[in-house]
Amino acid sequence: MPYIPHTAEDVRAMLDRVGVDAIDSLFDEIPAELRVEELAGVPAALTELEVSRLAAGRADQDGRRLNFIGAGAYEHHIPAPVWALATRGEIYSAYTPYQAEASQGTLQVMYEFQSMIAGLTAMDVSNASLYDGASALAEACLMAVRAHRRSKSARILMPSTVNPVWQRVAGVITEGQGLAFESVPYDPARGVIDAAALERFHGQDITAIVIQQPNFFGQLEDVAALTRFARANGAFVIAAVNPVSLALLTPPGEWGEGGADIACGDAQPFGVPLSSGGPYVGFMACRMEHVRQMPGRIAGRTVDVDGSIGYTLTLQAREQHIRRGKATSNICTNQGLLMTAATIHLALLGPVGLERVASACVARTRELVASLTALAGVRAAFAGPRFHEAVLQFERPVLPLLEALAAEGIVGGHELSRDYPELGHALLVCATETRTPSDIERYSRTLARLT
Amino acid sequence: MSDIPDDLRYTKSHEWVRTLPDGSVEIGITDHAQRSLGDLVFVEVPEAGRVLAAGDACAVVESVKAASDVYSPLGGEVIAGNAQLSTQPELINQDPYGQGWILRLKPSGRAADVPLDAAGYAAEIATGS
Amino acid sequence: MRKTEPLIFELSRPGRGATAQYPAPAETGIPEAFCRRGRPPLPEVSELQAVRHYTRLSQLNFGIDTHFYPLGSCTMKYNPRVCNSLAMLPGFLDRHPLAPAATGQGMLRCLFELQEMLRHVTGMAGVSLTPMAGAQGEFAGVAMIRAYHRARGDTARNEIIVPDAAHGTNPATAAMCGMKVREITSLPDGDVDLAALDAALSPATAGIMLTNPSTLGVFERRIVEIAKKVHAAGGLLYYDGANLNAILGKVRPGDMGFDVIHMNLHKTFSTPHGGGGPGSGAVGVGRRLLPYRPVPVVGQDGDRFRWLDERDLPESIGRLSGFMGNTGVLLRAWVYMRILGAAGMRRVAEYSTLNANYLLARLIEAGFDAAYPGRRASHEFIVTLKRMARETGVTAMDFAKRLLDHGYHAPTTYFPLLVPECLLIEPTETETREELDGFVDALAAIRREAASDAATVKAAPHTMPVRRLDDVRAARQLDVAWKPAAA
Repeated sequence: MPYIPHTAEDVRAMLDRVGVDAIDSLFDEIPAELRVEELAGVPAALTELEVSRLAAGRADQDGRRLNFIGAGAYEHHIPAPVWALATRGEIYSAYTPYQAEASQGTLQVMYEFQSMIAGLTAMDVSNASLYDGASALAEACLMAVRAHRRSKSARILMPSTVNPVWQRVAGVITEGQGLAFESVPYDPARGVIDAAALERFHGQDITAIVIQQPNFFGQLEDVAALTRFARANGAFVIAAVNPVSLALLTPPGEWGEGGADIACGDAQPFGVPLSSGGPYVGFMACRMEHVRQMPGRIAGRTVDVDGSIGYTLTLQAREQHIRRGKATSNICTNQGLLMTAATIHLALLGPVGLERVASACVARTRELVASLTALAGVRAAFAGPRFHEAVLQFERPVLPLLEALAAEGIVGGHELSRDYPELGHALLVCATETRTPSDIERYSRTLARLT
Repeated sequence: MSDIPDDLRYTKSHEWVRTLPDGSVEIGITDHAQRSLGDLVFVEVPEAGRVLAAGDACAVVESVKAASDVYSPLGGEVIAGNAQLSTQPELINQDPYGQGWILRLKPSGRAADVPLDAAGYAAEIATGS
Repeated sequence: MRKTEPLIFELSRPGRGATAQYPAPAETGIPEAFCRRGRPPLPEVSELQAVRHYTRLSQLNFGIDTHFYPLGSCTMKYNPRVCNSLAMLPGFLDRHPLAPAATGQGMLRCLFELQEMLRHVTGMAGVSLTPMAGAQGEFAGVAMIRAYHRARGDTARNEIIVPDAAHGTNPATAAMCGMKVREITSLPDGDVDLAALDAALSPATAGIMLTNPSTLGVFERRIVEIAKKVHAAGGLLYYDGANLNAILGKVRPGDMGFDVIHMNLHKTFSTPHGGGGPGSGAVGVGRRLLPYRPVPVVGQDGDRFRWLDERDLPESIGRLSGFMGNTGVLLRAWVYMRILGAAGMRRVAEYSTLNANYLLARLIEAGFDAAYPGRRASHEFIVTLKRMARETGVTAMDFAKRLLDHGYHAPTTYFPLLVPECLLIEPTETETREELDGFVDALAAIRREAASDAATVKAAPHTMPVRRLDDVRAARQLDVAWKPAAA
């Protein structure tokens, strides 16, 4: 009986104590017609050896390829200590720190994560993580509507340069709560928010504007001008940022005069492997005046009865288990294990290491773009500064190219025609510090051969 | 034994109302309420000028274990919220009927219409509501 | 236990770093106007300092690997290590979610099998694995109910009925979906009050959210009747799967009449709690709600697998996450279910229930008061310390803190809200009889101590890295981020 320690003798003794003859008697309150005798559809048990072989076979079948996709999930080198530490039993198998005195490890890591995110974003306070970047953006929109005292419109400007999946998720999660999302187009030459189009909203009651930096195309937005526009119209600024880029770029707390109101995003680039899509780790930070409107767990520093420093969950009155129907959100969990990995990762990189990673990403992507656009029929879609992703346009359909590249061991990029048909045959490519010049050369050589 | 001053009116949801000499009213929460909430950590008071109907949620009182709405026993226009509570929420615990007042209202209804007097409120909490 | 640790920032010294981790410097060419002035305030420590710091912090925690953790409603069972090692195989771990489906057939097959196993074990018609936590699963469930009624033109249905014993996420979720919450009472024996249910049902009823066994630790005996009443009134039934461990393999929510369920893979299917996450809240649906499942869902085309998305399920409530949900968590659950197999599922229910009933019997013998003495325990049960609190002034909170000194993580306290001074105790099936006996002895010892030396119990814990923490101060003097000293 895997993981169940009971011997026949244990069972006998325990049944005796309870005063029944058989384990089945313990289910006698359950109507007989509901009880299942045979469980169909679940295969017979495997031993650990058998399931290991099965899994290894399937993982090998999938194999590993050279990756050039970003689009919201980024491949970075994860220092070896990160998961050696995060899979320690005291971290891996611990629960939410409701008994603070037995959870000082977890709580202090939460406080350190919060501090690092607040510092990176240059905001006052951060929570201890949300599920992922997409849902964090949704929660930020809800928070802006709650926190904005003057605006009653619940209109949120969502530029088309924001990650299209994040836009869809924001719509799904906020549905039924009266938010109205309005699109703002992008300038086709530069791939950033069209300032003239934005001006059309001047003077209207707008609750918030979402600004993604770098944007989904990898291009850099003029966040100072956009923040000024928001301020001039009394709108909140929701900054959706790539956390690695914050080593180099102006942080949300310093955008324009006075900074953004809410910063959010996905901290997956810190210590979290791609893992075929998750689990990742959303983050959210805000101004101190709005902290009570911010969802998610927060660890606070305090003292115990002897005056020694300790950490505990705080501001729980906002959360579902107390406020119930009036909670800021129904969120129960954070992404504790991934938050821990991110904290350790950042402690290992430090400010210098993170800056080196960010710079290498910019340089490798620049080299990738140069290398690929040197081929006939490939051009960069947008002019202007970018971070570590770029949109390339081709003269032939991209999907067959990607399939052919995959067969050669290269995952070439993310095809954009579904969400941006106006870009034609377009591909979003990314090169992080994990791609070497010879990786890039291999991609370009293979692509040349295939086209 | 919680304190229930005779000269005030009360609601079942544990608010009290005091009529001031100039006809305005002062509203807060009772001693019973502050005891069951525990040490208050945060209070959100309404802004001056806000117009309330009787029964509207007009303030929030938050302890470590609960966050509760305060319902206005009367309709009217808010004259002021108690600004001191933003830095000293514990005033409600220490002096719920005095320095712990939450808002002052120019009422549109009559204080005498607020359902319970001191004896009525005492009976209400004795039955364990 | 060891004493506490300074903050990582306090160990920082300018110029220190884990330099083996640094890429070579590179020119970015990004114009000044976009750039940060000054470096972010991250700590500068050596690699060994970081390793030692986080190792020591881990040693300040209780975990399942180190302590018996009978947290009611959380299902703190052993997290098999093989689940982690197989989910972290490079072929699964290094794959980008947007890589072509042809490069992920192995993983997709695992996830398809997981969908099928979960579907069968719960008796539902379809499953979506995407919700990233139980609360997101709940959101998906209520959103699907809303979509169902809307598609039928039944737009007046905007009320969700919730028992007063329900977990806080239930009403919070209903509110998030723009629904009104209608609470109904429970009877003293723990079952839902059918008269209250009848009074609450109306043409405005969209559905009811139930847990079975309930949060009171007992099986809702008239569930079939409840289902009939709700369906007859035009509403749908939502099952909160938090307590699925009690009935896994023995009773299926689909058979009870539920139209939609969420499962907590991090409870019933033993994926790691990780200090507070990641969870995974897969949802199962009956036929009526199949079209509304959140996307993407794994589909099978002959012997190939692919993600079905909005084009395949045009009436789906949509996406809840940036990608496919918590894939790594799903793979861990797949491993667990493959190791348990069909017979293993039933044993989960049987032995978790045996452990709970045994523990309850021994505690009653030791003089504790069960909240629902006439009832069988499910996989968990409630003990009320109301009497002891009155006699000695020692509360459930004090009890819980003193248990830490005995080397046990406390059970859930003060939930459900209905039972005063309660402990909600869930041993799970992976604990030995000796562990349970030791726990009973500890509880009995604390009870004796409460009678003879209440002050010591009230001042507990005494042996932890910190004593009892001032949470009032934590909220009043909010300190939630370290900041560098002003220059």
